Amino acid sequence: MARRRTPTALAAVLAALTLITGCSAADMTRQASPFAHARGARTVSLAVQSWVGSMANVAVARHLLEHELGYRVDVVQIDEVPAWDALSQGRVDAILEDWGHPEQEQRYVEDKRTVVPGGGLGVTGHIGWFVPTYFAEQHPDVTHWKNLNKYADRFRTPESGDKGQLLDGSPAYLTHDKALVKNLKLDFTVVFAGSEAAQITQIKQFAKERKPFLTYWYSPQWLFEKVPMTEVELPPYKEGCDADPDKVACAYPHTPLQKYLNADFAKSGGEAAEFLKKFRWTTEDQNKVALMIADQKLTPAEAAKKWVDGNESTWKQWLS
Amino acid sequence: MAALTTTTPRTAAPGVLGHRAARKLAVLAVLAAVLVPLAHLRWAGGTWPEALTVDLSGPLGAAGDWIIDNRDSHPLFLYFFGHVSNAVVVSVRAVYLTLLAAGWAGVTAAAALIAWRAAGPRLAAGTTAAFLVCGLLGMWVPTMQTLALMVVAVLASVVVGALLGLAAGLSDRMDRALRPVLDTMQVLPAFAYLLPVVLVFGIGVPAAVLATVIYAAPPMARLTALGLRGADKEVLEAVDSLGATARQRLLTARVPLARKELLLGVNQTIMMALSMAVIASVIGAGGLGDRVYQALASVDVGAALAAGIPIVLLAVVLDRVTGAAGGSLGQEKRGPRLWLYAAGAAAATAAVALAARLRGRPEWPTGWTVDIAGPVNRAVDWMTAHLYSGVPYIGGTADWAGRFTTWVLDPIRSGLLWLPWWAVLLAVAAAAWLIGTWRTALTAVLAMAAIGVLGVWKPSLDTLSQVLAAVAVTLVLGFATGIAAARSDRFERLLRPVLDVFQTMPQFVYLIPVVALFGVGRAPAAAAAVVYALPAVVRITAQGLRQVDPAALESARSLGATSAQQLRQVQLPLARPALLLAVNQGVVLVLAVVIIGGLVGGGALGYDVVFGLARGDLTTGLVAGAAIVCLGLMLDRVTQPAQRSARKGAGHGTA
Repeated sequence: MARRRTPTALAAVLAALTLITGCSAADMTRQASPFAHARGARTVSLAVQSWVGSMANVAVARHLLEHELGYRVDVVQIDEVPAWDALSQGRVDAILEDWGHPEQEQRYVEDKRTVVPGGGLGVTGHIGWFVPTYFAEQHPDVTHWKNLNKYADRFRTPESGDKGQLLDGSPAYLTHDKALVKNLKLDFTVVFAGSEAAQITQIKQFAKERKPFLTYWYSPQWLFEKVPMTEVELPPYKEGCDADPDKVACAYPHTPLQKYLNADFAKSGGEAAEFLKKFRWTTEDQNKVALMIADQKLTPAEAAKKWVDGNESTWKQWLS
Repeated sequence: MAALTTTTPRTAAPGVLGHRAARKLAVLAVLAAVLVPLAHLRWAGGTWPEALTVDLSGPLGAAGDWIIDNRDSHPLFLYFFGHVSNAVVVSVRAVYLTLLAAGWAGVTAAAALIAWRAAGPRLAAGTTAAFLVCGLLGMWVPTMQTLALMVVAVLASVVVGALLGLAAGLSDRMDRALRPVLDTMQVLPAFAYLLPVVLVFGIGVPAAVLATVIYAAPPMARLTALGLRGADKEVLEAVDSLGATARQRLLTARVPLARKELLLGVNQTIMMALSMAVIASVIGAGGLGDRVYQALASVDVGAALAAGIPIVLLAVVLDRVTGAAGGSLGQEKRGPRLWLYAAGAAAATAAVALAARLRGRPEWPTGWTVDIAGPVNRAVDWMTAHLYSGVPYIGGTADWAGRFTTWVLDPIRSGLLWLPWWAVLLAVAAAAWLIGTWRTALTAVLAMAAIGVLGVWKPSLDTLSQVLAAVAVTLVLGFATGIAAARSDRFERLLRPVLDVFQTMPQFVYLIPVVALFGVGRAPAAAAAVVYALPAVVRITAQGLRQVDPAALESARSLGATSAQQLRQVQLPLARPALLLAVNQGVVLVLAVVIIGGLVGGGALGYDVVFGLARGDLTTGLVAGAAIVCLGLMLDRVTQPAQRSARKGAGHGTA
């Protein structure tokens, strides 16, 4: 319905615009955010994703850009795939943590050349299935996928009905869990929490009652510090075993996380672009900041300041 | 809200209705007797037949890829969408820079002066306080970003809406063509609008503004048309007899006579734009909505609330000021005084802004902020820790949620899925026809069938089951509270601010506490929907009961009816139109939030839309969006009384 009457409205706008602009072309893929560069400030806009590790990267980068290099930083929350599109259009200048999107890399880096790789983040990401350590200690054999069916009834919830519940998170995250459950013939139902926030809240509630649960989760992630979890062994990952999404029957790979920059920004972004290319830290450092944000409820800015104050030797290298 | 006071013409007496209902059912039964065996013979089985679905994944996927690949080269984008996008960016930026240049002192002063002029000193004080609170919460810059976006979106909506409304008000043919479209657009969940816009414009401010315009323009168009059509015939004849041309007639009689509706339209547009501005943060609107959205990611209810309060304040201030401006019409002295005042206000604003700037404080001073996130989070933690489970006797909220899922949601869902598809269509037809006309019934059935054709029958019925369960709870609670509010003035006064806050608070803010209380799944989605839809249902119920003819009540009392008898036998039957309206509004609002419930494990269509947005998967997202549109259309038609009056989104007006 929405589209049916848009043309009439837009036609009027078009007529007005044609008059104003005198029929010149306007490339919408090269329009910055209206909030950028306000009042002559040099601004950088960074994409942040919904997980806290990504917030930690952005918070520290932002603190250094603002306080050491004198930029104004806009942070925009976008999901992973749309972030690539936004990066290509220049609506954001950089993604600091990418978990591997071959299709997008092909399209934007190889074909359109609007995005360039910005080097590694220094953190290695891994996705897997996890059970709480308190449960794994009581039942050590639960940590192998072949034994999961034995415990399926322990993982039941009202939402999963008569099967065990495998808790999945945000729809934005890469997952083969439905296929895995089917192909490994597991007596489980995948329940999508719909957002990472909902998933974390649920895991914390389970942990408070020391209930068993099986969840899709990933490292590095600050929640491990609060709720210790043990990974369930899945059939080992081999190159290409996840090629066909419907036939996946193997574990998730270990992915060195990457940074990506908008091509124009990488060329003419000056100090900021140089800094972002050099930005590289460790899993421990990222976790420290993430934990301050998510658990001690510091604002990202405060957490970043704390970390920056204590780790001068690390970030000095990024600025040189 | 004022639109609600235009009462619906009462439906026919019960006897006639019963007769007619029986006849309608008989017709349906005959139709079914002929069609069902045919359908059953051809496509046996419970769920929607495979043969009747259309797979859109190929063409939609190809369209999405084509757009991304051609966005920077194809003339359609370069010469049309590019300019639209550019115009949005330029105007938002202009407003934003103006606001920043005025500084916090200037903006506050200007807002207060406008409020004073439109609504008097009390609201001016309230406006000042509201803006200062936004600053105190550390949200000045995001507030200005949202305000800039709002100004542009509302202006565009008002212009587009007024033009469409003008067309519909002056031409009967336009009216017939536009009305069903506008009616439908008003009942659609905001979430369904996001993907088509993102498809064309990509993530960012232009997409957010356009989605907001599409969402917020219909009430303006409807009310404009309504105002123009409702003009007093005698006045128009008088104008005619004076020999006025058509244009004179429009400008000197019809538009001024419609001023009340026009301002109400502006009011509604602002409210809808504000609620959309938050939801549009999912597609990169920035500002306050984005802060709420980011806070959600780290499960930080306190921070979400800190960004949510400015939204509530903006909504209340804008609503009261535009409402008061509408109310004070008529006794207004216009002409040079208005211009004088505007000039004076501008000068005063400039002076204040300059003074603040000279003292070196155009931006909100960093020291002047209050952190509310900490205490709020502690309160929420305490609440969830003590209520989640193990509460003696009544059980914890998690137990309730479990039981609600197992004993209410699951049976409804499996019941709906168990029903053969043609039985669902028949049920829809019967329900819609009984309280509406054959037209509404036909629309409802076609909408439901379209869902089947799209190939999302199962998830749609899942969503439908959540809507039904949540609506049932909403109506029980809402009618009870509404009746209480109608009977006690004091209770209603206490209730009013609470309702105001819950109606304007962005739904995102209470999604997380709801998960902490009810766990992940369909139960929290339903709970959030109840919270959101309750205020409107309570309001409409209370208002409907209060408007019952005092003479009827008096005569019942004189006959010795007890208070309960009065309520049951006089007030409730007489308030039937209002109660039906409450049901209709409840259903529409519940659907909107059940969709957003995809973010907390509601699954079904809501999840598919979120998935589509998050993964850039247009096929899944658009198909689910279309199914939501159909579902909304069906639910609205099924609950729509035969005569629809000029009602509009009670969920948004708070005056």
